[in-house]
Amino acid sequence: MLGQFDFNVIERSIGYLFREGMTFTLTLTALAVTGGIFFGTLLAMMRLSPIKPLSAFAGAYVNLMRSVPLVLVIFWFYFLVPYIGAWIVGSPQPIQVGAFYSSVITFTLFEAAYYCEIMRAGIQSVSRGQVWAGYALGLNYWQTMGKIVLPQAFRNMLPILLTQSIILFQDTSLVYVLSITDFLGAASKVAQRDGRLVEMYLFAALVYFVICFVGSQLVKRLQTRIAIIR
Amino acid sequence: MNYHWNWHIYWELSPDAQGTYFHSLLVGLGWTLATALAAWIIALVLGSVLGVMRTTPSKWAVKLGNAYVELFRNIPLLVQMFLWYFVLPEIVPGGIGTWIKQMPPPWGAYIPAVLCLGFFTAARVSEQVRAGIQSLPRGQNMAGTALGLTLPQTYRYVLLPMAFRIILPPLTSEFMNIIKNSSVALTIGLVELTAAARSMQEFSFQVFEAFTAATTIYILVNVIVVFGMRRVERKVNVPGFIGPAVKVEAGH
Repeated sequence: MLGQFDFNVIERSIGYLFREGMTFTLTLTALAVTGGIFFGTLLAMMRLSPIKPLSAFAGAYVNLMRSVPLVLVIFWFYFLVPYIGAWIVGSPQPIQVGAFYSSVITFTLFEAAYYCEIMRAGIQSVSRGQVWAGYALGLNYWQTMGKIVLPQAFRNMLPILLTQSIILFQDTSLVYVLSITDFLGAASKVAQRDGRLVEMYLFAALVYFVICFVGSQLVKRLQTRIAIIR
Repeated sequence: MNYHWNWHIYWELSPDAQGTYFHSLLVGLGWTLATALAAWIIALVLGSVLGVMRTTPSKWAVKLGNAYVELFRNIPLLVQMFLWYFVLPEIVPGGIGTWIKQMPPPWGAYIPAVLCLGFFTAARVSEQVRAGIQSLPRGQNMAGTALGLTLPQTYRYVLLPMAFRIILPPLTSEFMNIIKNSSVALTIGLVELTAAARSMQEFSFQVFEAFTAATTIYILVNVIVVFGMRRVERKVNVPGFIGPAVKVEAGH
């Protein structure tokens, strides 16, 4: 019970937890959010494209990613990326990618499917007349998208994009299945080394809770501030 | 690329002596579905109660419901899984803790996994239920009161029948999420579909065949659920009533 709590184990390992673990988690989250939003936006543009093969490809990709569990996707890419890398550089052997790059690629490509659905709704939330106005001014597709549609789409979808990023931050804990030292991985290593599972897992839960709770409250405030009154 | 493909691997015997690899994958699928369905019952019941609580006039009920949702949404599922599996047996009184720890496999992993997924998904279901009730025009609630119904009766006969019809599509996707999220239970040793594919890969070294099979099975389950739920939606559809447009949401 609480009397037997060893708070000392947290004190002893807190430097390790944040320097090694949280740095990994935050770096992975930042890279995956950036990459995911970039590829997600591209996928959304493809999905809404009148060119059939493009929209079919984007649709199939998004549906595939969304119907498979993240854990399975992590395993897929962990084994697949070395082969793809070998194919790209033309090496006869699968190349060493390393757990970090493998998980960055996994999370970017997996979350791109979720960001795609958000961005698709964002692009569709901009009225058609604006697109026509862009074309009427002589702008081409990329200029219309880049200068008129996407800025508004991002603004409309900013709260949902951020909420999805908080979920991504939580989901990065699943790299545990590859025995990577992310925040939870670090906590788990200390927990098993010192036999202090209760303290370490409760502490990890608390840290995740505080970060995500503060994050989601900020998103809520942002939502009321940037809402466009129509 | 020099990967040695062997698509006949599914029909070879797996070293666990239970049958072929294909058989182990099917057993894994069985555990995935058993976990997801049991957890779904918890999630649906608890989520509906919490969702209703958050729309009642009672302040403390709303606060309690909100606190539950914030707590379960802001801790990663994997951490919650560890809390149920590793931490709970330690912090309950000694006798119960030992009893939990001595549960024979696979129940020792199955029960924490079901509880974890159920309580986790209940928070998400309650969000949907609340949104469904709040999307109804205020007049419906007032009409119930005007007819002399008590508050529970208004919920039972007026609000909930409509709200549940409205939230059927998001509930379908929550059900799909619970199936997918059950794969997280492999971390506490439950051999569900993803874990079965993983152990097939470890024993046979046929990485891509194993994961292809698991992926295909997940997609099939997905298609069946979507198809089934579409039939349910058509069956319970109220003539002349069009549900509100689907809202995008963050998810995983």
